[in-house]
Amino acid sequence: MTKLLLSTAVAAILLAGPASAQSRDTIQIAGSSTVLPFASIVAEEFGNAFPDFKAPVVGSGGSGGGLKQFCQGVGENTIDIANASRPIKAEEIETCQANGVAKIQEVRIGYDGIVFATSADKEDFALTPVMVYKAIAAEVPVDGKMVANPYKSWKDVDPSLPDQEINVAIPGSNHGTREVFQEKMIAPGCKEAGLPEMEKEAMTKACETFRQDVVVEISGDYTETLARLQANPSTVGVFGLSFYDQNRDTLKVATVEGVTPSLETVASGEYPVSRPLFFYVKGEHIGTIPGIKEYTEFFLSDGMTGSGGTLESAGLIPMPDEERAEVLKAFEDGKTLEAAK
Amino acid sequence: MSVSAMSSPAASAGSPNRSRIQASLRRRRNAEKRFRFYGIASVTVAIGFVLFLFSTILHEGLPAFWQPVVKVDVTFDPAIIKVDPKPVADTDQSPAALRRANLDWQRKVTMVNWNRIIENSIRAEAPDVEMSARDVQFLVSQNERYRLRDMFVENPDLLGKTVPIELLASANVDVWLKGDIDRSLASDRQQLPEAARMLADRFYEDGRIRMAFSSVLFTNTDSRNAPAEAGLLGAFIGSLYMMIIVIVLAVPVGVASAIYLEEFAPKNKLTDLIEVNINNLAAVPSIVFGLLGAAVFINYFHLPLSAPMAGGLVLSLMTLPTVIIATRASLRAVPPSLRQAALGLGASRTQTVFHHVLPVTYPGILTATIIGVAQAIGETAPLLLIGMNAFVTTLPVTPLDQSTALPVQIFLWEGNENRNYFEPKTAAAIIVLLSVMLALNAIAIVLRSRFERRA
Repeated sequence: MTKLLLSTAVAAILLAGPASAQSRDTIQIAGSSTVLPFASIVAEEFGNAFPDFKAPVVGSGGSGGGLKQFCQGVGENTIDIANASRPIKAEEIETCQANGVAKIQEVRIGYDGIVFATSADKEDFALTPVMVYKAIAAEVPVDGKMVANPYKSWKDVDPSLPDQEINVAIPGSNHGTREVFQEKMIAPGCKEAGLPEMEKEAMTKACETFRQDVVVEISGDYTETLARLQANPSTVGVFGLSFYDQNRDTLKVATVEGVTPSLETVASGEYPVSRPLFFYVKGEHIGTIPGIKEYTEFFLSDGMTGSGGTLESAGLIPMPDEERAEVLKAFEDGKTLEAAK
Repeated sequence: MSVSAMSSPAASAGSPNRSRIQASLRRRRNAEKRFRFYGIASVTVAIGFVLFLFSTILHEGLPAFWQPVVKVDVTFDPAIIKVDPKPVADTDQSPAALRRANLDWQRKVTMVNWNRIIENSIRAEAPDVEMSARDVQFLVSQNERYRLRDMFVENPDLLGKTVPIELLASANVDVWLKGDIDRSLASDRQQLPEAARMLADRFYEDGRIRMAFSSVLFTNTDSRNAPAEAGLLGAFIGSLYMMIIVIVLAVPVGVASAIYLEEFAPKNKLTDLIEVNINNLAAVPSIVFGLLGAAVFINYFHLPLSAPMAGGLVLSLMTLPTVIIATRASLRAVPPSLRQAALGLGASRTQTVFHHVLPVTYPGILTATIIGVAQAIGETAPLLLIGMNAFVTTLPVTPLDQSTALPVQIFLWEGNENRNYFEPKTAAAIIVLLSVMLALNAIAIVLRSRFERRA
């Protein structure tokens, strides 16, 4: 009995201990799975390069998930930095401010391309936004009228495409990639498809409603999309350029508007489906959690995000030097985002 | 009609009853045979599945326990390592100032172009091959430069000396040499540039690259920068902390409540309700415990995110009903005569329970505990919700430090973008986790047999 009492007492002490825990000394990061590999590499290098700081801890959860955690409030049990593959939304800033996170500092880290890829043994795809829109929209215009999508094969969409069943795996709505996909691919495609006259709201709905039978939304990481491609080889998947780069032996990439995605074509802006990558720093935590400032500066250093830097070999498309200097200056000046954007 | 019936027409004609009995007997025998056959068939299918699972995991994962290392002579070239001598303790210097001077010095050492030193040593091995600095960097694991740095920090006398060192080859060299990528693919679809591939093959042939046991798998934490150096130690320690917390919390609380409910509590509506609810609790999906943990431990008690402390508490809640139910079952299995005998000889209820009943149930409680703990350390879903699916490169020193756990590490590696390298590595991690489980179960069996002998 005494033994039991003793262990229960130990348990009670263990339970009570954290209440008086020391302040956190590790930066906590979460968010976009596109930014995750880059942030992880920088975190690791940061821990190696600065013996006086601990390496930050990087979690995933998608841009939306990360920003949701970020905006939960200020304090040690909330994250310090949210990675995002899209800019923060106005309503997210509002949520943040309602929860006391007023100093949101935006840091752009570089660019990434979004690619369409098939299994390596499939035929080449030369896509345009309108083809993708026509293949996956729930309703498409035929002779000036909206009808339920009749296309079964890519060949039906456009004679230049291979005769392959339409199956598309796109990122789920928790991913920033999804928004860029809609903005850079579906919106122009929808415009070009020549939808009949309709109300603005109905138009948006027509553009953004996808067929449920052939479109799979992937809420996990790109490996899940890859697994989908392996299970059903006729699937066309949406990936980040850096992921494709690591899996060139199993994936074949489609051209968009005749441009093959690569570090060069995305950097030059020739390849149309690209987006900047960000992370958001909680200004309130700078000074409380050690190392946030140093981590950000290290992230923006030449050796990391500069051209020829570590992240370029990991697949990040670097910003031009002047742009990087501007971002760094804005951060150092403590520039924060305003609610009304 | 049967053969026996036909061979003895007299019997069949004489007693129709007998043939009916024989037919029914045959039916029953056949039914038994069929049932046995079904039983054997299902056991075979089950064993087949297990064998298939194990053989695929072993086939995939075992090669990942070996990884290529490159043996080179590394020269700590003073022309590249241009740093002041390591600061030494002066008599008039405060310890804090010395520490700061040391940190400054270390930072300068870190800034040294260690990649150049590795590059030079590789070039020296193959002077006839034309290659760019990038090609060489592809050969050796990215973090090896920190190993050289640490060697130098440890022993600054190395400056100007040449030492033979086995450097870890990069993950892509590993993939190339093991044939995990199709070697016949065109250059633009390979992960390594042509020069690096050629060099890797050549070094492998002349023995400068050899497959060494992958000790980093057990001594390192996770790594993104240098996948070849990613290890399980951080995750293992995280799991260990959680295991300890589960044992310290769930076992005493579970056993105590089981003893009270079984031996002391009055049988009424309230205890019935409690019993029903404990059974229900055991059936609650683990993800629900994760949500509860995130709401209670993280948001209310303000435990740090990704900490084994929070994870251990969540897993304790999950294991508690298992321990209670198993303990009650083994208490119930103790024959009442034992209690009656003890009570008859004048022992109190408490003495009866703790001196006579409980010792008999030790094997049962122990097995329940270990199986509960094994289940808990294999659990992934609730940990994802309290932020343990994070990339952590530092070793957790206390249960309040950020960490991952073994199953979560498997989940993370499964999601890594370098599929060719991480698929075998994930399988290797699964083998490690399964070994831990099997070891726990083996301990349970050994302890049980020992207690049973004593009892």
